[in-house]
Amino acid sequence: METITLLADGFATSLSPLNILIVVLGVTAGIFIGAMPGLGSVNGVALVLPLTFIVPPASAIILLAAIYYGAMYGGAISSILLGIPGASTSVATTFDGRPMAQQGRAGFALVAAAVASFVGGTISVLLFTAFAAPLAKLALAFGPAEEFALVLLAFTTFVGLSGDDPLKAVVMVCLGLVLTTVGLDMISGQPRLIFGDLPGFYSGVSFLVLAIGVYGVGEILHTVENSRTAPTVTNPKLTFRDVWTGCREMVRYWRSISIGSFLGFFVGMLPAAGATPASLMAYGIARTTSKDPDSFGKGNVEGVAAPETANNAASTGSLLPMLTLGIPGSPTTALLLGGMVMWGLMPGPMLFIEQRDFVWGLISSLYTANVAALLINIALIPLFVWALRMPFTVLCSLVLVLCIVGGYAPSERMHDVWLIVGFGVAGYLLRKANYPLAPLVLALVLGPLMERSFRQTMIAEQGNVLAFFERPLSATFMVIALVLLLLPALKYLRRASGKRTQPAE
Amino acid sequence: MLVAERTIAGAVIVMSIYFMWHATALPIGWVEGQGPGGGAFPFWLSVLMALAAGAIMARSFTGLISQTHERFFDGLMLRPVLLVIVSLTITVALIPIVGAYIAIPLFLVWYLRIYGRHSLRLTAILAISTPLFLFFFFEVTLKILLPKGVTEPLFFPLYAIFF
Repeated sequence: METITLLADGFATSLSPLNILIVVLGVTAGIFIGAMPGLGSVNGVALVLPLTFIVPPASAIILLAAIYYGAMYGGAISSILLGIPGASTSVATTFDGRPMAQQGRAGFALVAAAVASFVGGTISVLLFTAFAAPLAKLALAFGPAEEFALVLLAFTTFVGLSGDDPLKAVVMVCLGLVLTTVGLDMISGQPRLIFGDLPGFYSGVSFLVLAIGVYGVGEILHTVENSRTAPTVTNPKLTFRDVWTGCREMVRYWRSISIGSFLGFFVGMLPAAGATPASLMAYGIARTTSKDPDSFGKGNVEGVAAPETANNAASTGSLLPMLTLGIPGSPTTALLLGGMVMWGLMPGPMLFIEQRDFVWGLISSLYTANVAALLINIALIPLFVWALRMPFTVLCSLVLVLCIVGGYAPSERMHDVWLIVGFGVAGYLLRKANYPLAPLVLALVLGPLMERSFRQTMIAEQGNVLAFFERPLSATFMVIALVLLLLPALKYLRRASGKRTQPAE
Repeated sequence: MLVAERTIAGAVIVMSIYFMWHATALPIGWVEGQGPGGGAFPFWLSVLMALAAGAIMARSFTGLISQTHERFFDGLMLRPVLLVIVSLTITVALIPIVGAYIAIPLFLVWYLRIYGRHSLRLTAILAISTPLFLFFFFEVTLKILLPKGVTEPLFFPLYAIFF
């Protein structure tokens, strides 16, 4: 009951004219960014973050969340019309979305994607509302030991659960954490890792600089390399009948859609998983449980609906640990977290007590963002089709200008712009060599918390490392973290022994 | 691919050692009354990073990962990537000297007209509207002054109007 009252108060915030305008703007920008091949929610949030100083902090976060949300809707547009996923999160949508477009059913596919996204988004926001307050209450009992164990757990999910090379994930986590220690030591106040006394390093390496470098410049370099020929855009014919049948047809797929929503929400909460694996899993489940699995991949609309519900649900799911525990569930929410810290809003359980209006305003804005995204998505399809025809060189040059200026604006130092260029090139090379970028960004955002909680625990426990195992909650986190760390080693041993027992061909 | 894998792993190891060396400026062990020293966290994480990169390097010699003949750089696609990096570097280097309002339009003209072969009209629209947008968004609305280098005096009349 209390939740409903709080949510109602939240709507009072999110339905103010400024915030409605912000949600509409954010969702439109998000759909546009999501629809652009090569740019996804994480790129959008990284590029827009420096521009959000123009509105008050609470509205800025609502804007970024709306972009995040809109990008999940937008990803489907290029998956269907170009056959190229607008972001990795909508890879699964191409499997059936593209064949549908080639059969002349692009309009229907777009409506199905939008309606499915709406259902996935709404179910997950309801789940979010139900879980947020209890989880925050639980997290209130956290001390430094629990905080450290939880951050460690978040990092180990990259080693044990993501499909990436575990060794490379370890390198990226460590690199991110070491970069956060650049600047003044938080306890002794002495400078460290300032690389030959460069004054620019005294204030540390901002997460924003790394994010713009890796997800702005690095992403552009990656796309420049991988876009050989201009893809052909399918022009969808969209009639009111398509919209109507699209909505009605979706009722038939309630099973795939509800599985996708719940799956997406819970998979989205894990830092290493998120929207991409959630949508692939939802697609897989929809296909295996279907009466006609052979029709998948040939233009079955269920194959569009299932992944689209899951990726939207996952984006809400990844907000849950970010807001309640202060541990982001995805790179995009890591950037949101960094943005909130920048504005003096410290995510975590205390936020639910100290900034109640903000928290519930943000949660209720997810409801309005969902409605706005559905309407804008369907209404503006012709505009997005036109935007997809925009030559890549135009997009690329404007994004690069935005990287330079956006990197300069927060600190007003050229030092940061040079770092962006450096991180961009390094990020591009590392990505090319299959080093995962998500753990790097997460580490840069969580590094200060991890170091502080570790040192506080060590001081309080006088150097007793076993202290992390002596409190029930932190011990649970530590044990799961250790299991996740050992998982790749076990897999490796099994594979190695398998190789030995099999005779060489 | 294996050459690139080893080169990057080697570079990570060198970087870790460089970080370790810098981290030792502060104590890396236990400081009585203060807990772990300020250099401990970066130092031991750099050690872990070096070990992981070392393992990547060692693994590339065991043959346990499948050998692919795919080349790390495709000669044809390397050119546009290098062009973007070089033009971006030149633009950033020019900003403190000639100012953002010269360097950014120059970059746009080069990239759109000369590299992208777009029409003169499109190039002109973007090269003129982008700096205008930047001026009104950053300088007028957010009061963030972009670097202007030698063009600074030209902006004095504008400052007088807007501030």
